[in-house]
Amino acid sequence: MAQQNDTPNAGRRAALECMLWAGSGVLWTMVGGIPRSSVLAATPEPTDDFSFAQISDSHLGFSAAPNTDVTGTFQLALAQVQHHAKPALMIHTGDVSHLSRAAQFDTAWQLVSTTGIETHYVPGEHDVLDNDGADFFARFTKGGPKGWYSFDQQGVHFIGLNNVQNLQAGGLGNLGDAQLAWLKQDLEGRAASQPIVVFAHIPLWTVSETWGWGTADSEQALALLRRFGSVTVLNGHIHQVMQKVEGHVAFHTARSTAFPQPAPGTAPSPGPMKSVPAEKLRSMLGVRQVTLVRGQSDLAVVDSVLEG
Amino acid sequence: MRAILLAAFCLFALPAFAEDVTIDNFTFTPAEITVKAGATVTWTNRDDIPHTVTSAAHPPIFRSPALDTNETTSVTFNTPGVYRYFCSLHAHMQGTVIVQ
Repeated sequence: MAQQNDTPNAGRRAALECMLWAGSGVLWTMVGGIPRSSVLAATPEPTDDFSFAQISDSHLGFSAAPNTDVTGTFQLALAQVQHHAKPALMIHTGDVSHLSRAAQFDTAWQLVSTTGIETHYVPGEHDVLDNDGADFFARFTKGGPKGWYSFDQQGVHFIGLNNVQNLQAGGLGNLGDAQLAWLKQDLEGRAASQPIVVFAHIPLWTVSETWGWGTADSEQALALLRRFGSVTVLNGHIHQVMQKVEGHVAFHTARSTAFPQPAPGTAPSPGPMKSVPAEKLRSMLGVRQVTLVRGQSDLAVVDSVLEG
Repeated sequence: MRAILLAAFCLFALPAFAEDVTIDNFTFTPAEITVKAGATVTWTNRDDIPHTVTSAAHPPIFRSPALDTNETTSVTFNTPGVYRYFCSLHAHMQGTVIVQ
């Protein structure tokens, strides 16, 4: 039943973008996962349907074209999460700040706190510019002093990974041996039917080698995850929605709340799309809602662009 | 005479002799420069995204802090050799300093 799809589904993406343009959002379910009977046989069944939100790449402190008010768009994004999604929790997939400054971390912390939603973070490369990320980890990843950790929520196992440090020249994102060893241990003994959600900043599949949009040792992590019937991988970093399904593993990258970046190969560099007009900006920023529906192995992913 | 002056100017403008490197569009320009021992090379970040200038050697011989827009960093090269470097935030960005 496994579906192989090695390239982003451009047709479907185009359709998604088109519908999102109208502000409607769209719900779709991925193909994959193990047969329902296996789920029943081995799993502690998720206790309830529940939704969580993903926000990403808030880049607080950035102030240039095309967005000189990233705090404002971050607030809009949080309001949208609160108003529409009512999530059980929220994950932030990194680049919380633009320059790892204390004031940028403070602003993020305060604004997220006002939502009252329990929020779990992983670092982006912009968050670990000083002290090898110690300031970020102390504040945002308390359960993971090096930026990686796991937790369970209503039968789903969440794994936050750090793939933004110790990069090698010419290379991609990096997990490293210590983190991979931890991951192996974390997954050992878990029922293959337990839904897994992995979240990390840089994509765990290679979106663009030229732009470094991938993780050098992601294959080692994926090898540990393949025996599970439902694996959802959520990333940020590339400031645009892309998806790919590989067996039971579904990969999704998210929009930024700050500025869009170009599709690979469409611009000389992966930097901000500076020429986006003000009236179009919010249609290129957004948030994500992920829903686990009891009895279905695939999580439903809804991306919506900023309103207001 | 005028032609000679122009030729001399062009010679100095050749990237191979420049001791300044700019960072534009996630690219070190020039990507390779040749300097004499004792020269100081200065990098300027013209992007709206921070970058670093980090030696690719293990362990790194030099490592700049993150450079915000228009910030600079300099390294003085006293020993002849080939020095490869990259941006530790965007590892696909690479450059080389050749010290003669």
